[in-house]
Amino acid sequence: MGRLFDFMLPEAKSPTADSTDALFHFINEVSLALLLGITIAIIYFAVKYRRRSKDDKTPVITHNNALEVTWSVIPLMLTLVIFWWGYTGWLNLRAVPDDAYEVKVTGFKWAWNFEYENGAVSPNELHVPAGRPIKLVMISRDVLHSFYVPEYRVKHDVIPNRYTYVWFEAEEPGESQVYCTEYCGTSHSMMLAKVIVHEPEEFNTWLATANIPGSGTPVEQGKALVETNACQSCHSLDGSDLIGPSFKGIWGREELMSDGTTITVDENYIRESILDPGAKIVDGYQNQMASYQGLLDDEQIDAIIEYLKTLE
Amino acid sequence: MATAEATTKTLKVQRFKPSENPTNTYLTDEKGVWAWMTTVDHKKIGIMYLVAVAFFFALGGFLAIALRTKLLTGASIDFIDADAYNQLFTLHGAIMVFFVLVPSIPAALGNFIMPMQLGAKDVAFPRLNLASFYIYVVGAIFTFIALALNGLDTGWTFYTPYSTESGSSVIWVTTGVFILGFSSILTGTNFITTIHKLRAPGITWSKLPLNIWALYATSVIQVLATPVLAITLLLLIMERWLGIGIFDPAMGGDPVLFQHFFWFYSHPAVYIMIVPGFGIISEVISTFSKKTVFGYWAIALSSLAIAFIGFLVWGHHMFTSGQSAVATTVFSFLTFLVGIPTGIKIFNWVATLYKGSIKMDTPMLYVFIFLFLFSIGGFTGIMLGTLSVNIHLHDTYYVVAHFHYVMMGGTLIALLAGLHYWWPKMTGKMYNERLGKISAVLIFIGFNVTFLPQFVMGSQGMPRRYYNYIDQFAPFHQTSTIGSYILGIGFLIMLYYLLHSLFRGEKASANPWGSRALEWQATSPPDFHNFGHTPVVIHGPYDYHQPMEEFQLGLAIDTNSHSKEAEVEPDDPELDKWKNYSLG
Repeated sequence: MGRLFDFMLPEAKSPTADSTDALFHFINEVSLALLLGITIAIIYFAVKYRRRSKDDKTPVITHNNALEVTWSVIPLMLTLVIFWWGYTGWLNLRAVPDDAYEVKVTGFKWAWNFEYENGAVSPNELHVPAGRPIKLVMISRDVLHSFYVPEYRVKHDVIPNRYTYVWFEAEEPGESQVYCTEYCGTSHSMMLAKVIVHEPEEFNTWLATANIPGSGTPVEQGKALVETNACQSCHSLDGSDLIGPSFKGIWGREELMSDGTTITVDENYIRESILDPGAKIVDGYQNQMASYQGLLDDEQIDAIIEYLKTLE
Repeated sequence: MATAEATTKTLKVQRFKPSENPTNTYLTDEKGVWAWMTTVDHKKIGIMYLVAVAFFFALGGFLAIALRTKLLTGASIDFIDADAYNQLFTLHGAIMVFFVLVPSIPAALGNFIMPMQLGAKDVAFPRLNLASFYIYVVGAIFTFIALALNGLDTGWTFYTPYSTESGSSVIWVTTGVFILGFSSILTGTNFITTIHKLRAPGITWSKLPLNIWALYATSVIQVLATPVLAITLLLLIMERWLGIGIFDPAMGGDPVLFQHFFWFYSHPAVYIMIVPGFGIISEVISTFSKKTVFGYWAIALSSLAIAFIGFLVWGHHMFTSGQSAVATTVFSFLTFLVGIPTGIKIFNWVATLYKGSIKMDTPMLYVFIFLFLFSIGGFTGIMLGTLSVNIHLHDTYYVVAHFHYVMMGGTLIALLAGLHYWWPKMTGKMYNERLGKISAVLIFIGFNVTFLPQFVMGSQGMPRRYYNYIDQFAPFHQTSTIGSYILGIGFLIMLYYLLHSLFRGEKASANPWGSRALEWQATSPPDFHNFGHTPVVIHGPYDYHQPMEEFQLGLAIDTNSHSKEAEVEPDDPELDKWKNYSLG
């Protein structure tokens, strides 16, 4: 049985996971024992006391106070133990160690963005050093999301207008899967990310070379902006048809609009589509995109335009 | 107190043995579509609810099969795209919760059986009862309008701010559910009044069938909790329609507040769904064990305890939402407390079987299935109430599996037990017992094949409401889908034999199970006024050690008059001599 319960859980890769797993096993074992007891009793009674004739007489057993107390108090004690155990484990999940390394997390439809102390960003990849507690300070840009890493046994909702946090400590270098677990619309199930755990020195090297927004040529900046804003989760880069028109070959393309007019994609059309996406909709698509007014400034929009020009 | 009064009263009663071949029944009395539509007879209204619930169950089930079929593969498919999938699971949830589970037992079976178990002619407010049904229908129409327009893609929970900005027909559906709520409130009020005021002579609170205790507890929750849902949905409608910022942070609102409001109703609503199921289980288990229920008061009062504590645990849906740490701790603690009365019920039911005379007919088979599945639902509920473990399991398939074990393994299986148990009473026909058992076993197997793998993949981290999934989860999803097909076949067989029973079924006797409960002392199907007399009850509904004739007593009053003393036709051979009985 222990093996089945082990199989049920993913590998544990953060120190707080052990207490959670031990409790998971304990509850499973107690429940299984009780379930077996109940099931065996039911089957035994059903066979032993099966109806033998229509005129069977049954004894009048109305109640038994000793039994009632027994099967109230024993489960009560068990649940109190479970409550306390879960409570202390949970306190550890909420109490962040003092030396934790902080990473800022932004969740939005439908991607994650991670921002580090030196201003570097990495969309959909959380890079962390092994052996050091990591605190994620999280906020959403639109609807509710939830940050979940099964291998660390941590999860917390990501809410607009409010910071929430989780912490974990990755013990070994490697990768772990991140899921969004609060339903957030069309591509909820594609809102995935990876935690990439480095050796501490390797992490420092990565951080030093990581992309810092506003650095590099306009095309490089534009590419980084498209990635950190997850534009490609709706506008493919390879020509495939997603929620919006593909970016591949978009520059200078003639597009039929839903009102029957035709436009040629130029600087002004791209700018308008970023700031007021509903103004002109390409025929065959829905008005789904949110405005980036206030989120992207003129220089950034210029950089994105430069980048889109290169996608032939 | 009614009890004190009754002990001093001596009534002249005589025996009324239910006729096996009734010429006049509620089915022959008012015929035709118009008569049905305007009837105030609680039995006909119960049947109309049952038909409506069965229709919505078929619809919700079809949606479930469609979304399980999509989940055979983790990749995107053309046939059902991500938006369509989101609509499928939303509508499946909303229909099953609001249109099936909430009204299923109280409004359908409860409406039919409750007045009969009380020995009453009808509920206290028959017209209000019909109004409840039509309010339900109007609520349903609003939901269908939404379906015809843009559908709904918010999940049945309508979480803000997604539901504020979603392009789907949120206002239509929430208005529909808002209206539906009144149906629930009115039914609850009606039941509470009926149970207090319309009990036949001799039915003291200690002789109340446990089904009535359960319906009573349910009605209290319906009346107290449903208005909060109405308020919440109204606020949501105001936010979407008038732009008043309450929940949407973009307008200065608080999305977590919505969750508090929503679960303040929706957690007690879980008990609206399951507690009446407990009532059915108590009735069936006693009848098919031919034995008095063990721990009558423990079972009766634990229903009320669940109703009360059930109001104080809503925050356990929100452990990861960002509510305060103190609230989280208190809600976890109280959640464990609500598990105790539920456990007490299970133990008392099992103890009832001890030294019984157990007959494994279809209703009893469903009771056994219930005890097994609902226990799993309960234990996994303890798992989810545990703080540290909940953080890992919240919003994964573990939760999906858990609430299906409780809602389908619990409520729906109890409903099926009740449906098969009271079917002969409601229709006057028997169904094919063999097919009944085959279908029950298929449903049991199909259910477990569908939902057991979901516990495993949930523990491994598979989030719920996912259109795509990574390869690791493919075997579990595929097994689960196969299970849902087995379930579907089980229900199709049931549909077949129940329809067959309606049209070609054998005639049912008045009391085919040999029950001592009052509703079985009426004819099958019952008279328009349930009993042709006022039943007088001297024994409890589970007193199998008392002779049957002492359960068939009544006052021979004309059902249309209110006089206590009545005329009797002395030469009627069916009637025994008048006897004097002291009640109490």
